[in-house]
Amino acid sequence: MAGDKVKLLGFWGSPFALRVEWALRLKGVEYEYVEEDLSNKSPMLLQYNPLYKKVPVLVHNGKPIMESLVIIEYIDETWKNRPLLPIDPFERATSRFWAKFVDDKFVPLIIKMSSSTREQKDKVAEEAREVLKTLESSLNQNKPFYGGKILGFMDIAVAWIGIWAPMLEKIIDIKLLDEEYMPLLNTWFRDVLEVLVIKECIPPLDKLLAHYKDYYDRFMATKSN
Amino acid sequence: MTKKSEIKLLGTVASPFVNRVQFVLNLKSIEYEYIEENLAYKSELLLTSNPVHKKVPVLIHANKPPICESLIIIEYLDEIKPDVHRILPSDPLERADNRFWANYIDNKFFPLYEEMRVTPGKEGKDAIKKGIIEGSVLLEEAFIKFSRGKTYFGGDDVGYLDVVLGCFIAWTKFIEKNNEFKVFDEVRTPRLVEWVKRIWSHEAVKDVIPGNEVLVNFYMMLQKYRPPRAV
Repeated sequence: MAGDKVKLLGFWGSPFALRVEWALRLKGVEYEYVEEDLSNKSPMLLQYNPLYKKVPVLVHNGKPIMESLVIIEYIDETWKNRPLLPIDPFERATSRFWAKFVDDKFVPLIIKMSSSTREQKDKVAEEAREVLKTLESSLNQNKPFYGGKILGFMDIAVAWIGIWAPMLEKIIDIKLLDEEYMPLLNTWFRDVLEVLVIKECIPPLDKLLAHYKDYYDRFMATKSN
Repeated sequence: MTKKSEIKLLGTVASPFVNRVQFVLNLKSIEYEYIEENLAYKSELLLTSNPVHKKVPVLIHANKPPICESLIIIEYLDEIKPDVHRILPSDPLERADNRFWANYIDNKFFPLYEEMRVTPGKEGKDAIKKGIIEGSVLLEEAFIKFSRGKTYFGGDDVGYLDVVLGCFIAWTKFIEKNNEFKVFDEVRTPRLVEWVKRIWSHEAVKDVIPGNEVLVNFYMMLQKYRPPRAV
């Protein structure tokens, strides 16, 4: 839409900001990306998101929208070309359910993975694998993407796991995306992340690994003191 | 004789998440069959309908697979019968604002009630009370913003946030009594105090709100199966 001013406040290493960018790019929306230094948050971020002070924040014609899944639905409802959510109410409910499932179940486990002992780490990794296996059970063998032949809401809501899980496996020395037990999930993530529009805004993987490894090492160091 | 309905709702009367779905079904004049679940002994139907979370509410519409999670169910109902008592507004920005606050209520505010129950000791409980009071102030500000001087979050009539927050009123009164404090207070949150009275007597929800005895029984069950933390 002409005259639209769209700004995205994000952090290059955030999977939640990344999925909002995926939504914007799939829709062909022009936007200004503003990189936030999370150790020194800008007055703009604090003004737009006073409650949580977090990224991503989408600012559309001066009005802020927060929470990545809320933002993605906002994007889908505002720019009606190339729909992200399916049309059928039941399929919409299903997509929303699985996206929420991942956020509610998988994300807290990632945080818990910085647990102190090896056994605790292994236990949390086991729980995380169970979550992924449940997600696997929702996939249809015959469809490349969750929505069918074209990328949709569910694909962009969840595909960040295909980047973050392998990275965590390296840093923490655990197994998450087991190719043998989750073949559909592995294929699904690979297919989504290969799509050009998705691929071109994935941050450099070595930089991402270094960043999270550093964060993890520093966090573990504080725990052993 | 009850009419065999196309919609079934699995729930438990003490659950505010179930209550809010009933509130919406009533507002939209959607007929449904209600099936009460005993959460200590979950039925086969519940376990197969919601194998992922094993939680209520679960909505089963005709022969479609079940739908879980109260906020998702509410949006589903709004989409299948949009012309009768619209729950979410149609403007995308207003919808985003509503969804944001629903997430705050469900993920930040209401969990404090359970925290209150499981936290031992006066100091711990006082800290949670403080958190709940701070939350109530945020909700009062939200009410002012959304209502624009009218009666409900939704304006002239009940809307999304009225349904989302409104069904926590029974548990609110319960923890107020149990912990000798006020979540909503005439000085701190005057508009919400008025709003509570209106929701409590709204015809689409007043028969659905559980009585104190139900809450006491549910509370005892929680104390037994999920006992408070040790000091």
